[in-house]
Amino acid sequence: MKALQIRRTPTRFGMARVVSAVSAAGAARVGPLEYRSVDEPARPGEGWHRVHTRLAGICGSDLALVGGHASLYFENWVTFPFVPGHEVVGQLDDGTRVVLEPVLGHEARGFAPPFPGAAPGDGDDYAHLVGGTLDPGIQTGFCCATGGGWGPWFWAHESQLHRIDESMPDERAVLVEPFAAGIHAALLAAPHVDAARAGSTAPIVAVLGAGTMGLAAVAGLRRYVPGARIVVGARYTRQRELARELGADVVVGGTELQRAVRREAGCHVIGGQLSSGAHVTIDAVGSASSIADCLAMTRPRGRVVLLGMPADVTLDLTGLWHRETELKGAYTYGTETLPDGTSVATFDLAMETVTAVRAERLLSATYRIDDHVDAIAHADAAGRRGAVKIAFDLREGS
Amino acid sequence: MPRPGFVLDVDRSTPPTLFWRGEGFSLERLPPDRSRIIYPPEPLEGIENLTWAIRQALLHPIDMEPLPALLRPDMRLTICFDDASLSLPKMQRPDNRQRIVEAVLDLAADAGVDDVHIIAALGLHRRMHEYELRHVLGDRIVDAFLPRGTLYQHDAEDYENLTVIGETDHGEVVEINKRAAESDLVVYANVNQVAMDGGWKSLTTGLASYRCLSFHHTPEALQNTRSLMDRHHSALHHSIWRMGKVLRDSGPKIFQVETTINTDAFPSPFDFLSKREWEWTGRDRALYLGATKSLKRAPDTLKRKIFHSIEAPYRTTSVQAGFTESVHERTLENVHAQHLVEVEGQTDILTMGIPFICPYNPESIMNPVLVMCMGLGYLFNMYRGKPLVREGGVVIMTHPTYADFHPVHHPSYIDFYEQVLTDTTDPAEMATRWEKQYAEDEWYRHLYRTSYAYHGVHPFYAWYWGAHGQQHAGKVIIVGGHPQAVRRIGFTPASTLNDALEIASDVVGRSATISHLHVPGVLVADVK
Repeated sequence: MKALQIRRTPTRFGMARVVSAVSAAGAARVGPLEYRSVDEPARPGEGWHRVHTRLAGICGSDLALVGGHASLYFENWVTFPFVPGHEVVGQLDDGTRVVLEPVLGHEARGFAPPFPGAAPGDGDDYAHLVGGTLDPGIQTGFCCATGGGWGPWFWAHESQLHRIDESMPDERAVLVEPFAAGIHAALLAAPHVDAARAGSTAPIVAVLGAGTMGLAAVAGLRRYVPGARIVVGARYTRQRELARELGADVVVGGTELQRAVRREAGCHVIGGQLSSGAHVTIDAVGSASSIADCLAMTRPRGRVVLLGMPADVTLDLTGLWHRETELKGAYTYGTETLPDGTSVATFDLAMETVTAVRAERLLSATYRIDDHVDAIAHADAAGRRGAVKIAFDLREGS
Repeated sequence: MPRPGFVLDVDRSTPPTLFWRGEGFSLERLPPDRSRIIYPPEPLEGIENLTWAIRQALLHPIDMEPLPALLRPDMRLTICFDDASLSLPKMQRPDNRQRIVEAVLDLAADAGVDDVHIIAALGLHRRMHEYELRHVLGDRIVDAFLPRGTLYQHDAEDYENLTVIGETDHGEVVEINKRAAESDLVVYANVNQVAMDGGWKSLTTGLASYRCLSFHHTPEALQNTRSLMDRHHSALHHSIWRMGKVLRDSGPKIFQVETTINTDAFPSPFDFLSKREWEWTGRDRALYLGATKSLKRAPDTLKRKIFHSIEAPYRTTSVQAGFTESVHERTLENVHAQHLVEVEGQTDILTMGIPFICPYNPESIMNPVLVMCMGLGYLFNMYRGKPLVREGGVVIMTHPTYADFHPVHHPSYIDFYEQVLTDTTDPAEMATRWEKQYAEDEWYRHLYRTSYAYHGVHPFYAWYWGAHGQQHAGKVIIVGGHPQAVRRIGFTPASTLNDALEIASDVVGRSATISHLHVPGVLVADVK
C-alpha cells in the first residue's frame, strides 16, 4: 500500500533540519517523510483490528519529526521505518467507526495492566513500551509493527479503540486525542487550584500558546478545574477568539501574557520575573523561551506544566531553584482523578468535551494524503494562516 | 519687531507645508483653494536682564507684600517648582526656575531663614532624574540641598506627608503636601509655556494627592473643558479655582512667581522648523533634506536621543510675582500676546503634525496613548472660542504611532494599552471599569514612589485629556502610523495625507475645508 513513511536516514533528517528553518514544505520534500509504497504490516496477534483511516491529524510532534527537530531521546523508544499518524478516527472492517487511543500500553503488548481498568497510558514503568509482542514504539504512529494513521489502514489493539456512534462526526472525533492530552494537562493544574481555593486565593492558571493543545487545555480547565481564572496568551487573532469561546477569562497576545498575569495577581515585576504570578502555568508551546517565560510568570512554589514537547532546550534554572517551581511534564493521558475524587479515563473526558465544545470548529482544513507537502506547510503555518488543526482525509471519495 | 501670527490661504503657488512626524518630519501639499494654514506669531523679544527682572518681581509683587517682608528667621519656607514636563523642549541653562529659586534663596539668606525645603511639584508625573534636577535648578542648589534631604520630590501617595486643607463648596477635597501646607510661606517657581498651566493649577495638581486630583481629572470635567487653554470655559479649571479658594482661605500663604517664555524652541540646525516655508533659504532646504534622510535611516533610539537632547534658546517675555490669581491674570495676558492668532470660523478638517514630545514623555518615548493625548488633548485644544474644526469634522494627524513604550517611565501605560484599550476607548467607560484598579495597583504605586514611573492612573488622565476632542471629532485619522496601534487607540490609519483626505471625504464630503495647525511654534487660535 502507499503511505507516508519516516525512515531512519540521517542525511534526510539533516536536510530537513536545515530546510525547515526556511520552509516546512521544503522540509517535507527533502526530509525523512516520504510518500511511498510500504510493506503491509502483519497482524500482531489476537485482539488486533484493522483500522481504515478516515481522518488523521497532524500534530506538533509530527511536525518536529518531519522538520528533523525531534529529540534523540526517542531513538530507543521507536522503530523505523514507521508510518506516522496518531490522531485518528477510522473504521473497522465491519464499518464500526472508532477513535484511536494511540499509546501502545501493557495490554497491546501482551502484559497485564498495572491495575484493573487501566488506560494504555497508565503505569510507572515504561519497560513494556520496548518489549512484549511488538517492536519498540511509544504509540501507534511511531512503531513499525502497527502502521499509522497516515496510511490507508493500520493495526490497533482492542485496548486502544473507542467506538463512536453516528452522532459524532469524523471532524469532531479526530480531535478527541489532542483534547485528551490537553485535558490531562489541565487536570495537572487541579491540585494547585484546589489548594489556592482552600486558602481563599483566587487561583490563576495561565496558558501560553493556543494551538490545538493550548485550546484543548483551556477547554479542559473550564470543564474540569472549577474556580480557575484562566489567562491565555495567544499569538494569533483566531486563536484568541477560540480561547475566549472555550472559556478563557482573559485572552491577550502571546507577548502580553506575563503582564496580564501580573495584573491578575496584583504583584510586582522584578527584573524579568513576577514577584508572584500564576498558580499554574501550562506551556503549550514547548520552546526554551516559552519555558523560561512560564517559569518567570509562575508564583513561587507554583507549577509549570509542559504540554508542548520541548525537545532540546537551554535554560537558566536559577529561578526554578529559587522559587521552588515544580516543572511537570504532561505526556498523553491515562486515568485521571477528578477534583471530586472520582477516577475516569482521560479519553472518556475528551469524548464528552469534544461534543460539548463542538471541537470540529478547530479542524480548519483537510488534505488528501498525496497532498502531504501542502498539508505539512499549512499545519506548520496554522496560526498565522488563521487555522488550528490540519488533517489528512483518507475517506473514500475524498 | 516680531511678526504676528496669521492665516495663509493655500493656493497653487503655496510651497509644501511642514508636518511633524514624531522623530521626523515631512513636507505635504495641502489642497489649494480650500485649505488654510495657521502660522504662529514669531517669537517675542525677551527680557534683557532676566536676573534683575526676577528680583524686581520679588521686590514689587502684585497684590502682596514684597518677598523680604514675608521672610523671618524662625519661619518654615517651602519653595516648589514645576517639574520636567515643562518646558518642551527643555530650555537652555540656566533655567528660569533656577534663577527664581536662587533669587528667593538669596533673599531668604538675607533674612536669616534656615528652614528651607525645595520640592519638585510633580503631581502624578514621574520623579525627576538627578540630571534633570541639575538642569532645572542648577548644580549649586542641588549640591546644597539634595544631600541634606531638603530638596526632594512630591509624593502623591505618601499619605503621612499629605494634609487636607479643606473642601470646596462642591465637596472636592483639597489635599496637598504636608510640608507645604504647614509652611509659613510657599513660593512657587513656574515656567509658563501655555495658558493651561500656572495659577492655582500649580499647587492643586503639582502638590496634590491622587484623591485631590481625582476630583477634576475626570472624563466629565475634560469633556466640558472648552478649551484647556481658556480657563474661563474649562470645567477642569473651574474645579481647580474652587480648590484655589480653599487654599487662599485656609491654606498656607502662597507667593506665586510665574514666567512666560517665547516660542523660540529650536536652535541650529533645527531652526528651520520654526520658519515659514516660503522663507526657507537654500541652507534651510539643504538642512531639511539632510535631516530627513538621516533620520529615516537612524534607529529610533538614536533619533530620540538627538531630539531629546535639544535645548531650546527660549527668551523670557515676562516675570510676575505675588498673589496667585493676580499674577496669573498678568501671565495669561503675556502668554496670549505670544500665542493668539485670530481665525475666522471653523473648517471641516483639522490637520496637525504630532512632534516627538509632549508633557508626559520628556527623555522618553511618545507611545500611542500619548499620541492621542498630544493630538486630541493638547493640539486640538489650542483654541479659544470654538475649535478649529467643526463638530463632526475630521482630525488628521501625522505620526509613526509605534506601539513602543518606555518600560521604566510608562509601565501602567503598557497595561493600559494592552488591557483597557482592547476593552474600550470611551473615557467614561474606562473610568468606571478600570481606573480604580490602576490607581490602586501596588506595583505601579511602588514604581511611582521609588523609581521613575508615572502614577498608575496617569494613562487614564492622559486619555481623558483628549476626551473633548474625541467627542467633538467625527473621525480621527493618523497618517503614517502603525496600523494596529492606530486602530487600538480608536483612530483610522492612512498611508499618505492624500489617502487620509480621501478617507475623510466619506465624513465631510469631497470639497471639505481644511485648517492646518502649524507646529512647531505654539499658537492658540482665537476662532471667531
